[in-house]
Amino acid sequence: MSTQAPVAPAPAEEAGRVTTFEPVIIGFTCNWCSYRAADLAGTARTKYPPNIRLIRLMCSGRLDPTFVLKAFAEGADAVMVSGCHPGECHYIEQNYKALRRFQLLQRTIEALGIEPARLQLVWASAGEGVRLAGEIARITEEVRALGPLDWPAGEIVDIDGVDLDAAWGATGGDPDASPGDADGPPASPGGAKPDHAAGPLPAAEASR
Amino acid sequence: MSGNGHASFGAPKDGPIKGVPSAGVPAEGEIRIGVYVCHCGSNIAGVVDVVEVARWAGETLKDQGVVIARDYRFMCSSPGQELITDDIRKLGLNRIVVAACSPHLHENTFRTATARAGLNPYLCELVSIREQDSWVHTDKAAATAKAKAILAGGVERVRRNTPLDPLVVDINPATLVVGGGIAGIQAALEIADAGFHVYLVEKDASIGGHMAQFDKTFPTLDCAACILTPRMVSAGTHPNITLLTWSEVTHVDGFVGNFTVTVKKKARYVDEDLCTGCGICQEKCPKKVIDEVYEAGLGYRKAIYTPFAQAVPRTPVIDRENCTYFIKGTCKACEKFCEKDAIRFEQQDQELTLEVGNIILATGYEIFDARKIAQYGYGRLPNVFTSLEFERLSNSAGPTNGRIVLRDGVTEPKTVGVIHCVGSRDRNFNNYCSAICCMQSLKFAHLVKEHTGATVYNFYIDMRTAAKGYDEFYQRVMEEGTLFVRGKPAEVTEAGRLPGEEGKLIVQVEDTLAGRQRRIPVDMVVLSVGLEPRADAKELAQRFGISCSFDGWAIEKHPKLDPVATMTEGVFIAGCISGPKDIPNTVSQGAAAAARVLGMIQQKHMKLEPIKASVHAEQCSGCRICNTMCPYNAISFLGAEGVSSINAAMCQGCGTCVAACPAGAIAGTGFSDEQVLAQIEGLLSVGADGTPLKRSAYPVAHQQGDGNRPTPAETVRA
Repeated sequence: MSTQAPVAPAPAEEAGRVTTFEPVIIGFTCNWCSYRAADLAGTARTKYPPNIRLIRLMCSGRLDPTFVLKAFAEGADAVMVSGCHPGECHYIEQNYKALRRFQLLQRTIEALGIEPARLQLVWASAGEGVRLAGEIARITEEVRALGPLDWPAGEIVDIDGVDLDAAWGATGGDPDASPGDADGPPASPGGAKPDHAAGPLPAAEASR
Repeated sequence: MSGNGHASFGAPKDGPIKGVPSAGVPAEGEIRIGVYVCHCGSNIAGVVDVVEVARWAGETLKDQGVVIARDYRFMCSSPGQELITDDIRKLGLNRIVVAACSPHLHENTFRTATARAGLNPYLCELVSIREQDSWVHTDKAAATAKAKAILAGGVERVRRNTPLDPLVVDINPATLVVGGGIAGIQAALEIADAGFHVYLVEKDASIGGHMAQFDKTFPTLDCAACILTPRMVSAGTHPNITLLTWSEVTHVDGFVGNFTVTVKKKARYVDEDLCTGCGICQEKCPKKVIDEVYEAGLGYRKAIYTPFAQAVPRTPVIDRENCTYFIKGTCKACEKFCEKDAIRFEQQDQELTLEVGNIILATGYEIFDARKIAQYGYGRLPNVFTSLEFERLSNSAGPTNGRIVLRDGVTEPKTVGVIHCVGSRDRNFNNYCSAICCMQSLKFAHLVKEHTGATVYNFYIDMRTAAKGYDEFYQRVMEEGTLFVRGKPAEVTEAGRLPGEEGKLIVQVEDTLAGRQRRIPVDMVVLSVGLEPRADAKELAQRFGISCSFDGWAIEKHPKLDPVATMTEGVFIAGCISGPKDIPNTVSQGAAAAARVLGMIQQKHMKLEPIKASVHAEQCSGCRICNTMCPYNAISFLGAEGVSSINAAMCQGCGTCVAACPAGAIAGTGFSDEQVLAQIEGLLSVGADGTPLKRSAYPVAHQQGDGNRPTPAETVRA
């Protein structure tokens, strides 16, 4: 039942059983459509895997990209963004803004070494409980197949401790920021501006 | 589960809690949280180990400020609510988290209870461990772990909640009713009788809706026109009702209590004030047009017409597409004969702006297009009729004066087959039951017997006659000798191949009770077509800000407990807009929606959710990115100060500008960055197996959720 495979020993394996990886997924839902779809799935007792945990926002347009990155940083294996179908937004058109941010975020996380399939967009109207449950099941299986979000393990470096000016100077990686960087994004040797920065602020780099 | 129904964990303690991070927490300091985990009978406790969740919260979340954690059988009950209020008073709680059902169900209950104990209601959070956990998962250990995570998310979030005060708005007593069918008429009359003004908007030339087309109404067989037209007249003459027929709502602005509605009043080309409704213009108009709407294509009307004799208003409209004057520039027969000089060929569409406090949508349904089921031959075989066509045939005011005849207009059928569930309970078309077709088919059987004495076959899948007097009617029709064949016909064909089949329509059906295939020759087939949402249902839902199910029916606020309200405050629904209904149910809903509106009007003021965005002027760089984000134009740029500013009354609280501001200068109450980021932390503090989740070592975006610092993600904000 490990979620961070490189470091966490799976308890069930100790018991000699073969276990499947249980991902933890954060789902952002909007108050008017997708959260209500989740409510409807519940009312109808439509079953789906327990791996997703939902957060209610008033609108998918409220989705700050930070929320998604925060979820990954806190240990989520995947993030689902959901809202009303295009053209059906309770706030007229704000889900289109969520769509734009989603597309930008997919490129950003790819640059960070996260598979784009770990960030998924699902439109679900308030009546689509069964469909939302199906999509959650699909995402769960896809993420299960991907395995744990395999970011380099090691000491947690808080951004508080990082010299922002130095980081924004694009001089490459702060050694403290990416210790033991074996499978993650490649660390830049420093000096030249990297294509995909592995320094403390790759998100900033990727979007410049 | 403890014997007395509840238990508590985490000894109440005094004094400040040590080691609690204070980011985003109000300065007054100590956070004292009460956690309440609901069993909901066995609804939650059957899957989630609620006692364990409460125990865990009391121990593990102590450092987060949880002072007391209890589980209780029904938190929404009075004793459950008293647990909260007593603890607030006795333990000095200043934050409440209830883990129970969806906030859409009971958030208000617990916030009200919190307020009763003197705490700001917005310091109470309801997290859903029922709809999102116990009801959708079967693995008890995983569901319990998820409940802990959800609860931890709620605790982290509530720490960052701030006291909020609802905005109070006035409620305009005027009401808009959209749709002049029986539901809309009923709603309008109820409100108007109570002394408040109603604008009744109908897109057709007359109110009355589908009911005006019907002949008899089941199960009592009273004539539809006889019971409907008095209501129509009352609505048309009521001093408190402004009737706007031949009109459509094009735009809706504002919010509960204060809607501004734009109505397009299409040109009638007739002066409504002068017209007496004498009908001479219709008599003299030389242009005959097939009436596809009211007569279902079976009859004719003129180019200037009222849909039917008892139309309200009596003022006719000119059908511009077919009027000889509009096509060729000459004719004007109507103008010549009109004694009141009421014809106005130069009339233009008008735009009216209405100010209303509440809206009732009663826009009804459309019938299933029987052409989609090609094997039943509608549109190809002349003697296959739809139920609506049959209504017109049997109506004494219809095109045949009530004679039930074949498409040739003369021959009475000797045998009639009525096919149920056409387009309903059919995976190829609509899964749902259209609710009225069984009874309507029985009514047809009775009317055919009564008018022609013909043999009638009813082809049904299941008979559904569950309402007052319905099953008695079914028995009556059986006693009258109608033949019932249980089976869904495979096809209707005119290819006769057995003796007695020439010139007949043959219904090929598997008689599932007899267990064999049958070919039943009939003269006439009536397709009891199902009901469908209006073609423009989704457009309409969007215009009024309500939700539709995937098939297009409007979604109720609660399907059982609030069937006439929608998720949008101040917008109500009645009748078939939310699904197929018979007339008694439709009328009840019209009255129920009116009662809800009257309740709103009588409050005079209303509290609005204080979920709003606001700009910190000192942090605003004046980049104006947010200005174009707002769909309500609530954000304006103050040129003198060089900053943007949000009008709280216009802000609807979507939060898009909050997410878009690159300087983090816009704060959104109720869903602040701090609250959401903290909730993410809480949700991810527990792994899938219930043990602490190890978070990523990667440094990106790992920070305290205080929202004050520039974050890496800000540069990817749209």
